[in-house]
Amino acid sequence: MAERSFANEVQELRLGAGAEFRGEGILAVTKGLLQSGVAYVGGYQGAPISHLMDVLGDASEILAELDVYFENSASEATAAAMLAASVHYPLRGAVTFKSTVGTNVASDALANLASGGVLGGALIIVGEDYGEGSSIMQERSHAFAMKSQMWLLDPRPNLTAIVDFVEKGFELSEASSTPVMLELRLRACHLHGSFIAKDNKRPSFTLREAIENPQRDSSRVVLPPASFIHEQEKIKDRWPAAVRFIQENELNEFIAEKREKVGIILQGGLFNTVNRALELLGLSDPYGNSEIPLYVLNVTYPIIDQEVLRFCDGKDAVLLIEEGQPDYIEQNLNTVLRRAGDLTLLHGKDLLPVAGEYTPAAVTKGINAFLQKYLPARVNLDNLPTVVLDDNDPRSPFAPRISPELVQSRPPGFCTGCPERPIFAALKLAERELGPHIVSADIGCHLFSINAPFNIGATTMGYGLGSASGSAFNAKDADKRTIAFMGDGGFWHNGLTSGVGNAVFNENDQLLVVVDNAYSAATGGQDLLSSRAENPSRSTNHPIERAVRGIGVKWARTMTDTFKVAEMRDLFKEALTTQEKGPKVIVAQSECTLNRERREKPARAKKIKEGKRVVRELYGVDPETCTGDHSCIRISGCPSLTIGPNPDPLRQDPIAVVLETCVGCGLCGENAHAAALCPSFYRTEVIYNPSWWDKSKLWVRHRYIGWLQKGIEKQRLGIDAV
Amino acid sequence: MTTVDLKVNTPIPGVTRPITMAILAMGGEGGGVLADWVVEVAERNGYFAQNTSVAGVAQRTGTTVYYVEMLRKIGDDPNQPEPILSTMPTPGEVDIAVASELMESGRAIQRGFCTPDRTTLIASTNRVYSMPERTAMGDGRIESQGLIDAAKQSAKRFIRADFNKLALDNGSVISACLFGAIAAARVMPFSREQCEEVIRSGGKGIEASLAAFDAGFNAALAAERPVVEVTIGARPPETEDLGPDPAAVERAIKDPSSLVGPKLTDCALRIKSAFPEQARYVLVEGIKRTAEYQDVEYAEQLLNRVARISRVDSTQDSKLTVEAARYTALWMTYEDTIRVAFHKTRKVRFDRVRAESRATEGEMVQVREFLHPQIEEITDTLPTKLGRLLLGSKLFQWLVFKITHKGIKIQTSSVWGFTVLYVLARLRPLRRRSLRFGIEQSRIDHWLGRVADLAVTNPELAYQVCLCQQLIKGYGDTHANGLRNFEAIMDYLPIAIKASDPASIIKELRSAALADESGGALTLALERSK
Repeated sequence: MAERSFANEVQELRLGAGAEFRGEGILAVTKGLLQSGVAYVGGYQGAPISHLMDVLGDASEILAELDVYFENSASEATAAAMLAASVHYPLRGAVTFKSTVGTNVASDALANLASGGVLGGALIIVGEDYGEGSSIMQERSHAFAMKSQMWLLDPRPNLTAIVDFVEKGFELSEASSTPVMLELRLRACHLHGSFIAKDNKRPSFTLREAIENPQRDSSRVVLPPASFIHEQEKIKDRWPAAVRFIQENELNEFIAEKREKVGIILQGGLFNTVNRALELLGLSDPYGNSEIPLYVLNVTYPIIDQEVLRFCDGKDAVLLIEEGQPDYIEQNLNTVLRRAGDLTLLHGKDLLPVAGEYTPAAVTKGINAFLQKYLPARVNLDNLPTVVLDDNDPRSPFAPRISPELVQSRPPGFCTGCPERPIFAALKLAERELGPHIVSADIGCHLFSINAPFNIGATTMGYGLGSASGSAFNAKDADKRTIAFMGDGGFWHNGLTSGVGNAVFNENDQLLVVVDNAYSAATGGQDLLSSRAENPSRSTNHPIERAVRGIGVKWARTMTDTFKVAEMRDLFKEALTTQEKGPKVIVAQSECTLNRERREKPARAKKIKEGKRVVRELYGVDPETCTGDHSCIRISGCPSLTIGPNPDPLRQDPIAVVLETCVGCGLCGENAHAAALCPSFYRTEVIYNPSWWDKSKLWVRHRYIGWLQKGIEKQRLGIDAV
Repeated sequence: MTTVDLKVNTPIPGVTRPITMAILAMGGEGGGVLADWVVEVAERNGYFAQNTSVAGVAQRTGTTVYYVEMLRKIGDDPNQPEPILSTMPTPGEVDIAVASELMESGRAIQRGFCTPDRTTLIASTNRVYSMPERTAMGDGRIESQGLIDAAKQSAKRFIRADFNKLALDNGSVISACLFGAIAAARVMPFSREQCEEVIRSGGKGIEASLAAFDAGFNAALAAERPVVEVTIGARPPETEDLGPDPAAVERAIKDPSSLVGPKLTDCALRIKSAFPEQARYVLVEGIKRTAEYQDVEYAEQLLNRVARISRVDSTQDSKLTVEAARYTALWMTYEDTIRVAFHKTRKVRFDRVRAESRATEGEMVQVREFLHPQIEEITDTLPTKLGRLLLGSKLFQWLVFKITHKGIKIQTSSVWGFTVLYVLARLRPLRRRSLRFGIEQSRIDHWLGRVADLAVTNPELAYQVCLCQQLIKGYGDTHANGLRNFEAIMDYLPIAIKASDPASIIKELRSAALADESGGALTLALERSK
């Protein structure tokens, strides 16, 4: 079960023609797929497209009614390969993943798919994780479209446009026998908006019909000589067909085309930002009535030469607004203009930032610079938006108004009660005794270990590649071992073979820690092969330790409670010093707290209400004995363990305090034990609906303790003013 | 023909700019819920609204910005074109900035989302401390006042209150409180009732959310009422840094014996007659602390020790005497098992724990301690000879390891657990004869002797050496590391004295010792100084 339930959203998927769909961009895409008669959907979860997968995961009933097959693919490569179903059959299929990371993984299958081409529409929905909020390297999916010749759609961030482009994408794919990529930027995926729905469509041809009537055409298989023919087909047949379709369907837009002798060419995904910039410069309104000619590329690959020349015709200069680098479109446009002998000047990354997200600030500044150069009469210098002013101008929004040291960065970290935190606390303690090690990190929540307070982990080479990225450190004469981390998500994605199998085969002595929190937690808590939950439509409960033993690991241990810090520390020490050869694998298991709390909190509340005995645990720090050294925080970093004013009249450093957000995971106490920290931590157990036995114990204690406390208080006698 | 009919190029008369709102929160604080509420109230009341955020792993506990735009619809025409709203805030163009915490309001300013010409800033004054603030070995907190001052200068209107506390008091979360404050600010043209209607139509915790909304609404109104300058008494502090109660400080100067019980009257009178005014408050607290820790004689010993410094103190405002009083009192009441057991068993503590747990009548509260006594901590408490003997005994060491290496959990609220701690607390009379007591007393005298000597020749250096005591704190390894760092600096003192500005050297070494736990920075600093 995912972190979030989509029960309400699933109902929106049923909306019929004319009804208004309201919700998130990525859910609109899901509805668009059903309206397009899609026959199968696959993908690999990851922000910003996780919700597409999650909502379909919760929509099995609707999918069954419509004869749509949905699977959680093992990896993006699996998802891309799934599109093979559209090669010989008129089946519409869609897959989705985070990009560029997912596209990297999928690219082998995508290249093969694009070579032979498709009969049924094949749509690849990529969540472009670029700019603020991104968690990956900053690259463009554009390159993949160009290298494999797949068409790239980059529609305006508007639910109506996005949904229309899902349908148009399938049609374009079928018209040109080419897979089509639909690129959605981070914020477009999480955009809240609405569109008018259409009826869902059952696929005109079903998977069952395909299975029962197998077809084959060896000219679609990537093997010489067909592969050479494919390349020719791409240029001679598929490209012209795509250009025709795009032009006939007017997928790109011309706005105020002939109004001025200058113009702006932009990626569709940037339309809202560009329009806002023009509004601020007094040249458009909130309805997109631009006074400056715009050519909106809702299809960013291929570039339609005729359309470019049409837009540039009679213009002195155009500004291209293309986010990210390299400047593929700018290079392309220059070629188009040069070949045609068109003298229109093309500006782009000379006036706009070469690298980085095209924020409203960047775009407004760029357009302002362009207009001041070519259309100064239309720029009202007295009424410029403050964002274009120099940073030192006192009216600028960036004029220094706060000293930088007052605002510290706040990177993401482990949640309160996260079961991964004790793993790194234990490793820190083990390293206190054994010294520092080379640690290869992986992708997943566990990567937060690289930040304070743990500062563990030196590289991250990709999902599931934690073990592999330590493979070079295989010097048999070294006195130390290397350590690698991997999450359960990365493990099943590819880590079992790329990491564990590789280490067994090459006799690497490394210690691999597989963080098994029972879900693909970082992407939203989806189930995996090793999830402990019973999932009615998926096969779970396949233990990781069994898998690694099956592949040849001899030293493997499963730690079923990561919160036992001292045991965890001792296990690390053993793994790092044992004489056993070959990779050592520790499977560190504890359920993701976000998921656990989502399930248990309501259950607990219900039990209390029903009058059943429930014990709630929370932690605290005694202010009298805390000396304010914060060593407990330095091996935890839990958001609920923080600092507060010191009530001691003589002490000045803040003391440790536990906030009410504490979920009672117990790490504070375990750390205090394992690291022999300080006696200030205590656990409070609140017993709801105590039993008669609880009550009688309480009666005795109350009297006994109350009596002894009088003796204790004698020590204070005569000290305090009365 | 395209089906992509975005209805552009239809001139719209009387178009206005959208209302823009940026919400800066940390992942998991309910910023998304707040943004959804704002969108909902706008859509229900004749506006187009759009809300965007970035989600995913980048959000886990880190800073997140939610962005909302609202634009009034033109009449009731159902076929009117949809506006083009921005998915990202433009610096300098934000009407309402909401910060769920004080440092986040600083971030809003830094990112240009809060400008004096336009923005109404609604900020909660509570602090969610950043990692560097929390992990500092001493006090690494950013001063809240600096953030408040910057916000005052950077916003058109600045509405602030501890919305987090208000939310907790109402059994709800901060998003509901902030929604109330947003409604009260009236930058959005929606009434209080329209906003409450949205909460009511939601799913869970409606009553608590409405209560928090109400608290936030009222606090925001109160925050903007003109402030009547308070001329009598102290102004309430804006931030949570408490500091000593000024009234108590005043009484300590004029009449210290009114702050203590009969046992300490003589000591208090001595404080008034023999010590400078500035040191009296700290000394009063010091004698209470030492008397509680051991006995009245021990409190007198504190005064004797500090008097030695006070006599030769020539620093401004007697700052050396003040700090010598503070650190001597703290060192004399070093944390041992007896002290810990005493505080763990007190009635005030039992009451505090119960209040913290927010348990209601009929619910039972139990307390469990996490103790990990080191062998030294046990032998330290025993009479010197016995302590030494056991410390050398292999059998004893093995026994202690067996019992304690995994830590001990004691339920203080049980008969057995309380008895154990009670007996330990009552060992107080034995302390004077213990191994550690002797060691600590000679360490204190050695350190104070140096401070006293230096006070004559180099008062600033004496002051810096005095402050070094703050390095010794904590328990177990933390205490051992602190003591090691302290001694390393003391050992370096004879060399430092020969330099031109020894006081700054000691000050730097002290900061280096507080820079990291391993002592690496101090080692480097010592290398550099040589």
